[in-house]
Amino acid sequence: MAANMNPKKNPMPSQPPEVRAHNFQEVATGYTKDTAIDEAMRCLGCKHMPCVSGCPVNIHIPAFIAKIKEGEFEEAYQIIAQSSSLPAVCGRVCPQENQCEKHCVRGIKGEPVGIGRLERFVADWHNTYVQDPPMRPEPNGYKVAVIGAGPAGLACAGDLAKKGYQVTIFEALHTPGGVLVYGIPEFRLPKSIVRREVDALRALGGEIQTNVVVGKTITTDELLHEMGFDAVFIGSGAGLPRFMGIPGEFLKGVYSANEYLTRSNLMRAYQENSDTPIIRAKRVAVVGGGNVAMDAARTALRLGAEKVYIVYRRSMEELPARYEEVEHAMEEGVEMLLLTNPTEILGYNNPEDKRDPRNGFVTGLRCVKMELGEPDERGRRTPVEIPDSEITVDVDAVIMAIGTSPNPLIKNTTSGLEVNARGGIVVTEETGATSMERVYAGGDAVTGAATVILAMGAGKTAASAIDMYLQGLEK
Amino acid sequence: MYKIVYKKSLNAAVTMMDIQAPLVAKKAQPGQFIILRVDENGERIPLTIAGYNRNEGTVRIIFQIVGSTTAKLNQKSEGESIADFVGPLGTPTHTEGLKKVCIVGGGVGCAIALPVAQKLHDMGCEVHAIIGFRNKDLLILEDEFKAASDRLTIMTDDGSYGKQGVVTVPLKEAIEAGENYDQVIAIGPLIMMKFVVATTKPYGVKTIVSMNPIMIDGTGMCGGCRLTVGGETKFACVDGPDFDGFAVDFDEAMQRSAIYRDFEKHAYEKTCNLFSKEVE
Repeated sequence: MAANMNPKKNPMPSQPPEVRAHNFQEVATGYTKDTAIDEAMRCLGCKHMPCVSGCPVNIHIPAFIAKIKEGEFEEAYQIIAQSSSLPAVCGRVCPQENQCEKHCVRGIKGEPVGIGRLERFVADWHNTYVQDPPMRPEPNGYKVAVIGAGPAGLACAGDLAKKGYQVTIFEALHTPGGVLVYGIPEFRLPKSIVRREVDALRALGGEIQTNVVVGKTITTDELLHEMGFDAVFIGSGAGLPRFMGIPGEFLKGVYSANEYLTRSNLMRAYQENSDTPIIRAKRVAVVGGGNVAMDAARTALRLGAEKVYIVYRRSMEELPARYEEVEHAMEEGVEMLLLTNPTEILGYNNPEDKRDPRNGFVTGLRCVKMELGEPDERGRRTPVEIPDSEITVDVDAVIMAIGTSPNPLIKNTTSGLEVNARGGIVVTEETGATSMERVYAGGDAVTGAATVILAMGAGKTAASAIDMYLQGLEK
Repeated sequence: MYKIVYKKSLNAAVTMMDIQAPLVAKKAQPGQFIILRVDENGERIPLTIAGYNRNEGTVRIIFQIVGSTTAKLNQKSEGESIADFVGPLGTPTHTEGLKKVCIVGGGVGCAIALPVAQKLHDMGCEVHAIIGFRNKDLLILEDEFKAASDRLTIMTDDGSYGKQGVVTVPLKEAIEAGENYDQVIAIGPLIMMKFVVATTKPYGVKTIVSMNPIMIDGTGMCGGCRLTVGGETKFACVDGPDFDGFAVDFDEAMQRSAIYRDFEKHAYEKTCNLFSKEVE
């Protein structure tokens, strides 16, 4: 078969921007069978496999793409499944442009192979046409507790359950999925995909106990010493949202991105029958430039906002969000206020009437313009304020998407668990082992806010280390 | 699902329930709270723990029917279940070393003040309780407070029971009469706590208040429950709900508590209409 030498990727079929900006259905609709094969033909099947080195979980990329070329989609899926626990999720939310696709040889003289799109196609094909046979491995007699049902915890639990471990996940919220359900919106990752992954884990014999906050309802020490777990994996995720510390952050209409997205995603405030309120602002400013900021901005549009701004203190080049997300957001009408830094959130105040119901609601965001100065020690150019460049943007909601600090609950209630200065759990990178024997950790609880695939990879690493440790005990 | 094993109406607007939740009951301490969801589409609401029975594995909640969610919760009967019940969240009320305390409760806040009073009383601390209500019909937990305090003062706004007036009147009298409280613990509406603090501050009597802001996850993730305490941003779910009353910015907290007033009013009316239709 001759390779397809088209320099461009097959475009991802998507809902038109003017339509999708007003609904919560998935933006990208996915490749068809023919497009997938056509795109797979662009892969040169390089012997040295540069793409694999860019994948945090080392998926055998040329091998699965070769199976797509042959139309053997299920075999392609099985190849991915050897390395990844959540292909339908990662095919959608992985920053492939900085990972596998960054190293693709086709990217030198054109666009790289759409590896992420192909991964998604294969996973969706499997989910549509293949019923996984119920496979319950023989129990090996060991019990492992997993804290948090997000990407790290689900991956760790899945790998261990497949090996015959009796796994129990303890999840603080009422729905398993972690950031996949409370953070990433339906239009980017349909919740049915997450439910499927969770169901698959249950089919393997994994148990999920929701509404259990480890550090409060039970402690890590109890899991190990009273409840008979042989090992514990901590995948408790990110913690408290950061605010800027500028005046006006307590006004009505100021949200953290975590709160705004949790209301809309987890609590489904966007649906009519939900009891959870959310402010349906007409003009919204989202502060920050990451994927979370893009998610919040695009959610605001879908909740009926007429004007949505991204306010970011550096330039387009430094924007940490995925290019695809920024492009989608801009297509949908989100306006980028770059090199702009908020200094104050303004609120309504009727001095004549203290009981005026409009009092205390956001009316605007005062900002200064910035320019990029000298590079700092990490090589990032520091934004510097331009004197007398103040602007005021009229908005009725401000969403802060400037990161999180690690959750203190487990650290404060687990004696002997070492954490670093930023509050992240200290682990040995190769194994995920913490300072406590039989306790492993991974994901945002270790790294601070990072990606789904890194968390999933950390969960898999820890699963394999836990397996080696417990099997080693027998010898 | 979490079963309602006992339900009792304390007055027209306040209901008490014991919920089967053994893991929560095992750890619960006075001052901590739970988050519940009535059904699949329900919102998550925080309620401070009003009591617990570790042997029976039950947790007591006492709530006022103020909005759609509490109205739906109140529609549930003994033997029925609610979808979610998670806790115990927040830090327990500090009681160590206290010898003489005045507990000030207002309205349904008395339900939360009671376990704190009971714990202090059980440890041999001298407990003076001042509890206030709008009128006699809204009075709750009188006998329980009598049993858990060395001196009980009941106030009503209209004088229909106990003495007429607000809780700060007898509090001020007691302090001026030379009652040397180690601490005042105030639990009730924000406006009441604000005035309790205004009363104790001139005398320098340490005052702890229990904050109940808007919250979603309750585990330190969403940041919705943030408050300004001593000029710093604090999160009621992990740093509280108890705070040093002298340091809390009450005006800000009161303003924030009204974010969804319109939404809640609308939802409450919708829920009430739904229930009245069911009755027809």
